[in-house]
Amino acid sequence: MNINTTKIISLLFFVFSAFYLYTAYQIQVFAFDENAPFNARTFPIYLGYAGLFFSGLKLILPDPNNIKVDHKNLEYKKTGILILIAIIYGATILKVGYFLTTSLFLFTSYYFLGERRWILMFLLSFPFVAAFMYLLHGILDIYLRDPFLQSIGVMG
Amino acid sequence: MIEGILIGLTTALTFQNILMVMVGCFFGTIIGMLPGLGPMTAIALMIPITYGFDPATGLILMAGVYYGAVFGGSTSSILLNAPGVPGTVATSFDGYPMAQQGKAGKALAIAAWSSFAGGTLSAIYLLFMAPSLSKVSLSFRSPDYFALMILGLTAIAAFSSKGQFLKAMMMVVLGLMLASIGQDSLSDITRFTFDNMNLTDGISFVLVVMATFAMSEALTIILKRNDPTSAAKQVSLTELGSIRINKEERKKMYKTIPRSSVIGFLIGVLPGAGATIASFLAYGMERNVVNDEEKEKFGKGSVNGLSAPETANNAACSGSFVPMLTLGIPGSGTTAVMLGALLGFGVQPGPRLYMTNPEIFWSIIMSMYIGMVILLILNLPLIPYIARILAVPKNYLIPLILFFSVTGIYVMSFNNFDIYLMIGIAVVATFLRLYDFPMPPLILAFVLGGLMEENLRRSLLLSNGSWEFLWDRTLTACILVTTILIIIWHIYKTFKKKN
Repeated sequence: MNINTTKIISLLFFVFSAFYLYTAYQIQVFAFDENAPFNARTFPIYLGYAGLFFSGLKLILPDPNNIKVDHKNLEYKKTGILILIAIIYGATILKVGYFLTTSLFLFTSYYFLGERRWILMFLLSFPFVAAFMYLLHGILDIYLRDPFLQSIGVMG
Repeated sequence: MIEGILIGLTTALTFQNILMVMVGCFFGTIIGMLPGLGPMTAIALMIPITYGFDPATGLILMAGVYYGAVFGGSTSSILLNAPGVPGTVATSFDGYPMAQQGKAGKALAIAAWSSFAGGTLSAIYLLFMAPSLSKVSLSFRSPDYFALMILGLTAIAAFSSKGQFLKAMMMVVLGLMLASIGQDSLSDITRFTFDNMNLTDGISFVLVVMATFAMSEALTIILKRNDPTSAAKQVSLTELGSIRINKEERKKMYKTIPRSSVIGFLIGVLPGAGATIASFLAYGMERNVVNDEEKEKFGKGSVNGLSAPETANNAACSGSFVPMLTLGIPGSGTTAVMLGALLGFGVQPGPRLYMTNPEIFWSIIMSMYIGMVILLILNLPLIPYIARILAVPKNYLIPLILFFSVTGIYVMSFNNFDIYLMIGIAVVATFLRLYDFPMPPLILAFVLGGLMEENLRRSLLLSNGSWEFLWDRTLTACILVTTILIIIWHIYKTFKKKN
């Protein structure tokens, strides 16, 4: 059997399905539901077996369309930085507020992707987010939590 | 009936009601384009405004918003690969690749014309068949729905090109597994939450679709930036915004639209089925119907592949009005909101609606058609400008896609956990996409997961645990036989190609 990344993904999915199936059997159901034709764990159990079946088949059967990815050409560093910025954005959005975090997220993302046109970067972050916020909060009346703008008295 | 149609036309063609359809279509399109805000939100936002009008005008406004939002959702699907609602997921399969080839204007125009044609044809079907179809929709039982879901998932065979069937099936199972997280709908027992309160309500559709489509697409573009095989094609703004559909493309649409509109309308009539199943089934059927040369183009910017789901989802929107107006049963989440508004007006939907309030019944049907015409008139001239979104340099476009994705989740839940979960799913999806694991089957399975379990539960409980329900009813058996035939056909074609 030829080992390639697709097979490794299938193996991981097989292990994941086994864990899912084990967890499905652990679901607590009401005593009167225990022997019912269908209870909260029935469907997940079927899914667990289906996962084992399909990933097992993928593992065993030959893979004629082996996908080869050239990792040398992939931009792992920039992608990683972007994901990190998104995580920081997610972590601060509730505490700091929508306007400041979103604007900073956009500004830093443009920077790390190689942009250096500072005025355009500014226009497409701070004023852009302000206009978008006005559309959502001001016109469509969709609540946007923003402690920062509340603290400076811009938002009620 | 002629009298009813005339009453409907008189009501729908008043200046105020035409204005309402225009306003509804315009706002619906804008709201539909925003991530996380689908037709349901758009209509919900309009309810307080509609209470200032009479019931017919209020419902006409809401119908306009509905169509506008569905078209707006298609726009973000085509341009950004970010479908805001399940009904427009299938649109992105061929719409997004077409836009990436520099034909964004054409893709939007095909979507607009297909939506218009689908909506128009279904308004005609609705006009003549609404009362009799309501009886058909009532004859569907849980086993039939379960079989229909299986048929919908079998349509994944259409998405999985050569050698990808098992990968597609793994993605189906993963989608169903994700859908099973959270409280069980009947017993309220929590499953796979690992005592995390944030997972009690399950994972939202918008989160999964934003992560697997928009966010992972953005990450893939960055990841493959230096890949010589994925170098972006440089196109002019004129080409990007061109809405010209040539004779050959029109010919393809003439064949696709009628059959997809019938599927869309019939599926839309079934309560709970809606635009999602309709669009996926129409896409799958279209792929099986076209010739081998055209089949190869599916997923790479096929005209038929874009036209079919767009026609079907709009036809299903009209179809979903049948159970709502004639039985008082909403066919989708959106029509459920509209039903609430209808009850708020003091109008009781049901078989007697077109006798007690003919002006409401017929004016909604008439305004649907007028809404379609106005939507087309409003949106076609805007397409060249909307399409230019793709001319925005990638350095700006990628962060903006990420921003829209996060905002979509943020306005829904105000929860950090959901944002982390979305990023996590997006990273896994990006990795899976690198190795050609298809995402559409995952999304379809995720959308259908809850409904599928619900109908399997009812069927098994009614048959006391026996699986005989699968062949007890003729309708269930017919749907299952169709499913089996599709699988056999797919396997046969695969073997034929290999040989």
